[in-house]
Amino acid sequence: MQEISSKIREIAAKLLAEKKVEAVLGFMPGTIPLISAPTVAGTSDEAASLCWDRFCGVNLANYLPKRTGGRVAVIAKGCDSRSIAGLVTENQIKRENVYIIGVPCTGMIDRAKVMAAAGSPEVELIENDEQVIIKADGKEITVALSDVLQDNCQGCEHRNPVVFDELIGAKVEEAAGGKINAAVAKVEAMPQNERWKHFDEMYSTCIRCYACRNACPLCYCEQCFVDDSQPQWCGKSTHPVDVKTFHIFRAYHCAGRCTDCGACERACPVNINVRELTRKLEKEVKELYGYEAGLRLEAMPPLGVYKEKDPQEFIK
Amino acid sequence: MADKKSEIRNPKSEIGNWQPKIIAFLCNWCSYAGADLAGVGRMQYPPNVRVIRIPCSGRMNPKFILAALRSGADGILVSGCHPGDCHYLSGNYFARRKFALFRSLLDYMGIEDGRIHFSWVSAAEGERFAEVISEVTEAVRAIGPSHRLNRKVMGRR
Repeated sequence: MQEISSKIREIAAKLLAEKKVEAVLGFMPGTIPLISAPTVAGTSDEAASLCWDRFCGVNLANYLPKRTGGRVAVIAKGCDSRSIAGLVTENQIKRENVYIIGVPCTGMIDRAKVMAAAGSPEVELIENDEQVIIKADGKEITVALSDVLQDNCQGCEHRNPVVFDELIGAKVEEAAGGKINAAVAKVEAMPQNERWKHFDEMYSTCIRCYACRNACPLCYCEQCFVDDSQPQWCGKSTHPVDVKTFHIFRAYHCAGRCTDCGACERACPVNINVRELTRKLEKEVKELYGYEAGLRLEAMPPLGVYKEKDPQEFIK
Repeated sequence: MADKKSEIRNPKSEIGNWQPKIIAFLCNWCSYAGADLAGVGRMQYPPNVRVIRIPCSGRMNPKFILAALRSGADGILVSGCHPGDCHYLSGNYFARRKFALFRSLLDYMGIEDGRIHFSWVSAAEGERFAEVISEVTEAVRAIGPSHRLNRKVMGRR
């Protein structure tokens, strides 16, 4: 991690000095424990504060479509690089306007899981490749690294960046994956009424803050359907039907585009597993149309193309 | 004018004389003409269906389906031209992908089977249109009134 940090600083300073980019989007140490803050480094001095650790979960691709101006460099993990590729395919950004600094990633630590294990927000962490030692209230707890990783990192199938201009460090071994399917199958196996109850309960705490939408690199629409009033597709209240209408469409809008970066789940202030719906669609798109989002720049999004032989057994 | 409140439905009290309300989104070129043919041919089918004409099944937005359920529909039918017969050549192919994903998402969330239906009915298939409507009406009747995504039934928290 230290090596990667210094390499990032070195590359960022070089790019800025050579005026190849206007700014570098990266991370700097956060002001609260266990979160590294996204930052924009515009000068070599600012580049010196860049860092890389296991708390750089934020998907920096989210800042790209909203940005105006010239070329920027951006630090990208596997999932982030797929989001960037997706944005290029959807004509939201130009490939030549981003310089992608790829960083192979072995997973980001979930702050909520660490705090739950420690029972306190005042935490200090010492980590290596397999274990994490959590120091809180004068006690030390040792847990396996895989236990405190974000859920989406545990099932990650694309740890290495797929599109990049420069790669930092050696590529890491790709995990076997397939965990998305297993997680989806668990819900699929429930009887219908149980499934409804499960989602009813899951979304009952939603406060409609739209953090999941705002954190998502795919949600770049200038006007979101929830803000439409003529016609109004979705009420503005926390009525259970309104909440579910919002979540159904939020997930559906990500169908065939979601890279399972976990931004939505990380942003949720009430810890709803909002990925449950998006990953179901991710699985369906893969099974029905053999498509995985963000793996190739020239790929057509699955809902923008068709095959004559597409499955249609559900149609009378 | 009827009091708006009296329209708010209470599924328990109406079980006895309940009739399903079904919204059918029909494509202008095939299914709508098929419905017309069924009418001209005086074919009998259940009167529970309310037709909304759309230019093409490709015009169908999944938002329409939830909007109908939210405002109290008990069943939805979306019908278009058979594959290969689209007036706009490919609208129904794109629609098919949209429907497949939306249907599986709603099913995953626990919306009853038989609430939402899709069909291909051509302009020459008046009889088939009547059959489809009967089938859909029976399926919706079997599962009863819709409350899972009905904004009118569930009370405020």
